[in-house]
Amino acid sequence: MWKWFHQLASPPHFYRISAILSPWLAVPGLILIGYSAWQGLFVVPMDYQQGDAFRIIYVHVPSAYLSMMAYMIMATAGAIGLIWRIKLSHSVAAAAAPIGAAFTFLALCTGSIWGRPMWGTWWEWGDPRMMSELILLFLYFGYMALRSAIDDTAKADKASAVLALVGIVNVVIVHFSVEWWSSLHQGQTVFKKGTMDADMRVPLLLMILGFTLLFGSMLLRRIRTEVLYRERRTKWVREMILKSKGGA
Amino acid sequence: MEGGFAMGDYGAYVWSCYALTLVIVVFSDWRARLRHKRVYRDVEVRLKALEDRE
Repeated sequence: MWKWFHQLASPPHFYRISAILSPWLAVPGLILIGYSAWQGLFVVPMDYQQGDAFRIIYVHVPSAYLSMMAYMIMATAGAIGLIWRIKLSHSVAAAAAPIGAAFTFLALCTGSIWGRPMWGTWWEWGDPRMMSELILLFLYFGYMALRSAIDDTAKADKASAVLALVGIVNVVIVHFSVEWWSSLHQGQTVFKKGTMDADMRVPLLLMILGFTLLFGSMLLRRIRTEVLYRERRTKWVREMILKSKGGA
Repeated sequence: MEGGFAMGDYGAYVWSCYALTLVIVVFSDWRARLRHKRVYRDVEVRLKALEDRE
């Protein structure tokens, strides 16, 4: 098992494996998303309180979940890079940031659009869930800005990993904000018993799984690019490119 | 089916969320592909320059 992990952490090996693995995650992910979107939009009965507006849950919850998961991946990879100095882990952290930012932006937008008919407002500055999610977006922006501001890759890796680790506090706040404070946002529903009928819950869980697979595929693709960029001066990259051109 | 698309009074809200999701996912994926192509081309150009020099 450890041998397999060790092998996977080798940039040339990862570059090869990720090219094979990425479509195997994307295709089932897209099928699940398509099926769940169909179910969520046309098959699932409407909510007795929120009417059809509740169907936004099928895109809002998966994006909000991924906004936090991407951050945890980014921070964990950064910590692994800091502690064990595994080269690939910093590539993982750097690759997770833009995808995390995209899903955070999506969670904020879909939440705001959902909030307008339900709460009568697009945005509430005093709401802990909305504000902590907005701070999460700023943390992603800060992380990416810090990386691009430092020319030395090793220094950028270290500084951004520290920032990512500090920001974990905010992820905890995002998750528990609806329990700790009074919020316009509803409490946890997806994994809590008795809050959602199975007809509504199953497509949501499938949508979350589909989004996760798609996220995995997107992450692998971005890590490949990061690996290629960082390893551009190495022998294996040279050999790979020459081979692909038929020059080897 | 028309009723299904209308989503009661919430059609604009529901469909805009799904459309936005599609746009952001496609845009993010397109950006990732574009960057990969750019990095790959840069490496190719650098290698070609090295070959020419040799």
